[in-house]
Amino acid sequence: MSVFVWIELHKGQPIPASFEALGLARQLGDRVTGLVFGQGVDDAVKAAFAYGADTVIKADDASLARYRFEPYVALLAGLVKEHSPAIVLAAATTSGRELLAGAAADVGGGLLADVTELSLDGGKLKAVRPVLGGKVLSVEAVTADGPQFATLRNRAFPQPEPDAGRTGDVITVSPALAEDAIAAKVDSVESAAGQISLSDANIIVAAGRGVGGPEGFAPVKALAEVLGGAVGASRAAVDAGWIPYEHQVGQTGKVVSPDLYIAAGISGAIQHQAGMRTAKVIVAINKDPEAPIFKLARYGMVGDLFDILPRLTEEFRKKLNK
Amino acid sequence: MHVAVITNCTPDTAAAVAIDSGGNLKFDDKLVVNPWDEYAITEAILLKEAHSGQVSIITLGGPEHEEALKHGLAIGCDQAIRIWDDALQGWDSLAYASAVAAAITKLGGVDLVIFGKELPDIASEAHIFQTARRLGWSPLGFVAKIEAIDPAARTIRVRRQVESGTETVTSRLPAVISVIKDINEPKYPTFIGIRKAAKASIPVWKLADLGLDAAAVAPKTRRLAYQDLPKREGAVEIIDDPAALVDKLLEDKVI
Amino acid sequence: MEFEFTEEHRMARQMVRDFAQKEIYPTIKEWDHKHQPHPDVLPRMAELGILGINVPVRYGGQGFDYITLALVCEELERVDASLRVIMSVHAGLNSLAMLQWGTEEQKQRFLVPQARGEKYAGYALTEPDAGSDPVRLRATARREGDVYILNGEKMWISLATLADHMLVFAKTDPNAQPAYKGITGFIITRDMKGVTVGDIKGKMGVRAGSTGWIAMQDVEVPVENRLGEEGEGFYIAMSCLDNGRYTVAAGATGCIRGCLEDSLKYSKERVTFNVPIAQHQLIKQKLAFMQQWYDAAQLLVLKAGWLKNQGKRNTRETAVAKWFATDMSVKAALEAVQLHGAYGFSDEYDVERYLRNAKGATIYEGSSEIQQLIQADYALGYRQDKPLRCELPAYDPEWWQSEN
Repeated sequence: MSVFVWIELHKGQPIPASFEALGLARQLGDRVTGLVFGQGVDDAVKAAFAYGADTVIKADDASLARYRFEPYVALLAGLVKEHSPAIVLAAATTSGRELLAGAAADVGGGLLADVTELSLDGGKLKAVRPVLGGKVLSVEAVTADGPQFATLRNRAFPQPEPDAGRTGDVITVSPALAEDAIAAKVDSVESAAGQISLSDANIIVAAGRGVGGPEGFAPVKALAEVLGGAVGASRAAVDAGWIPYEHQVGQTGKVVSPDLYIAAGISGAIQHQAGMRTAKVIVAINKDPEAPIFKLARYGMVGDLFDILPRLTEEFRKKLNK
Repeated sequence: MHVAVITNCTPDTAAAVAIDSGGNLKFDDKLVVNPWDEYAITEAILLKEAHSGQVSIITLGGPEHEEALKHGLAIGCDQAIRIWDDALQGWDSLAYASAVAAAITKLGGVDLVIFGKELPDIASEAHIFQTARRLGWSPLGFVAKIEAIDPAARTIRVRRQVESGTETVTSRLPAVISVIKDINEPKYPTFIGIRKAAKASIPVWKLADLGLDAAAVAPKTRRLAYQDLPKREGAVEIIDDPAALVDKLLEDKVI
Repeated sequence: MEFEFTEEHRMARQMVRDFAQKEIYPTIKEWDHKHQPHPDVLPRMAELGILGINVPVRYGGQGFDYITLALVCEELERVDASLRVIMSVHAGLNSLAMLQWGTEEQKQRFLVPQARGEKYAGYALTEPDAGSDPVRLRATARREGDVYILNGEKMWISLATLADHMLVFAKTDPNAQPAYKGITGFIITRDMKGVTVGDIKGKMGVRAGSTGWIAMQDVEVPVENRLGEEGEGFYIAMSCLDNGRYTVAAGATGCIRGCLEDSLKYSKERVTFNVPIAQHQLIKQKLAFMQQWYDAAQLLVLKAGWLKNQGKRNTRETAVAKWFATDMSVKAALEAVQLHGAYGFSDEYDVERYLRNAKGATIYEGSSEIQQLIQADYALGYRQDKPLRCELPAYDPEWWQSEN
């Protein structure tokens, strides 16, 4: 069974989620083809092999230097029609989701988007995907014949161990569309900077009375930064003037539902709980082992947050290569 | 200038949901207008005001989705259309896209199609890009701002929000865009609009009206069931070593 | 007998609910603490057309019916009484008085800008020494040629410092027998020489509401600003209350609903003795009564609204609705505070604000005691409604919705 994996590039390097897709591809099929589109892609091709591709189809052209819907969809759909892989995978990034939707439309194939579990059942893809703000899981399957498409949620699948010695066939193809046939032109690009909004954040590091003052938020901010998360606060810290109201989580602040909520020096009164109890994983860090927050948390560390937070930050920095 | 907004009602994400033994979804409250679509409707009305154009608002679904159409009319859309056919039961993004694209073609003269970023109960935006593909139009997803639009010169320039940052992209009309939160401040229905919406009779276009047969909208995927999230385990696990906590969190895939 | 809301009712109500909850609710508590009006409330209600919701389109309004007015008041007070108080004085007491009693010229001059939200309006009957007994009022209006000279002081007047137009009542004949026949109504404007206004702080509730006093010192009011005839003022003032009380009743219904909704939510979350308190019988009792009070209050209000839509006299019905809904809103708020325990006693939650707000409504626009006397006298036949020279127009959709 042949599986295509679109290897998404960011500044010439594959994104880690594409490696996860390769890992899954190896489990689902026996021939894995990595698709690398861009400009100056040789390093990416090598990485694709290292993380599990048997073959790589590459297209190296100025018109592909940055992802755009039309040229990428035309190219991918054309390749899928030509080679008829059983399955086409990509990471469920904004680009990946667009691209596979477009290609599935051209090919007339079924698409399962942003899945957290994926398997084969009688030759057809079956997936589990969170819906309704993550409150509920939907179990879906492809029913149509022909190539089947799926985009994979970030970090839902394991990243395979790379093998730098792996290599394979490289097929070079030309872009399907000439530049002047492409309507969309990218005028400018700005890298992501600035704070993540509390309501949208997947990860929140929050602190309360325990930080003792505005400077006490420094280790909280440091951890949030390493994790790419937002900073939250309990009402006590906001009322005391240590951090602005827009960071307040709770009954009279924001209600959040992140994947991870780290509550440092927060006792966990019901007003605060009202704002964060639906977080997927709650970590409580507090000097007081009887603090109510521990009843809500999945993991807890009893101790001084000024000792624990920097150590956590350091460990994450190492493990996340930051 | 003619703008079309595609909308649906969705379950209120704040409401409690439950799954019955048959794997069906049950929720207490009624459906609400998809909150993402508020931005789409408002953006269309802003364009109408700036370019003295017209706005059509379209849904694909059963009568429960007419609430979203009436909401659009009450904010200032000029006409509303519901697409429905028995052959369209069950969600499939490509089936949806094919029918919507046919409706846009039937309307004729549409310069821009605007979707809200996604449907919360579907948790996907594939239908948006597939609609664009079926129409053969340029899609621009995740638009944070329409910087310029020139119906005469047939150009549009937008700022899009992607993971790595923002892109400014110029493309051609007609186009399909999806808009994200905070592109605008959603408008309220006006009382005059409410009166108009209450009196409106909304036509229903079936597949035959769209020039499609059932094969053209045959679904490619199927929902088998809904499932609850795995239950939260009981007691807290106290950990002594930060490194061990980091490992656990990475394993739990919450980072 | 139809117990269904129309599509227009539902959509209008939803729109006002969304506005009040999204734009005003998040910060209303802060303004309540400061004893200051939320600065966005009046301008936004004006902008959105809420201030003229049931004024005919031909007079600058949105042309919705009297029931819609009630639904809008319910939604506004659900968030805070200060929002509904605006409707009571601007839309109820003043604008509907203009619609009922004003000359065509007065309607163009006052009602139209009020309905459009270009001018704010209020109602000034009460004085430091005249509340339940309005006939005791001491303000005077002396005719001199083409003007009346007004002197006096009004107190506990909502929007005193914010309203552009104020409907005031004064005695053109302080020696009239009976005394009520000496009262006349006038529209004064804030820019008239001799008018001074000031705020009153320190209220127990409706703290985000603007309440104040108006002093008139030899204010020259042109004859064209007299509302109705000389000596007709008492009838006008009382007929205004049919509309003011209606909005108060509708608002109190919203207050009860707020107590109920907040209590339902809290009961499902708070755990005592290992179960959510919603499972304890004495908590269920509180919730049950709040539900009953809401159901009954709303029905009384809607019946009154239906009578208004029909163009039928509704003094008794609005009075009983006001009496019942306001008394019950105090009880509902007391129960809600109790249900919330210590949190109910704290301003962390909203219920203590509902209680402080609710208490005012049993005092103003005819105290509960006055309401009881009214109902008894109707029942005894001691009180009978005589037709008024000008009646509140029935809701005729075509006439209300057309431009001319």
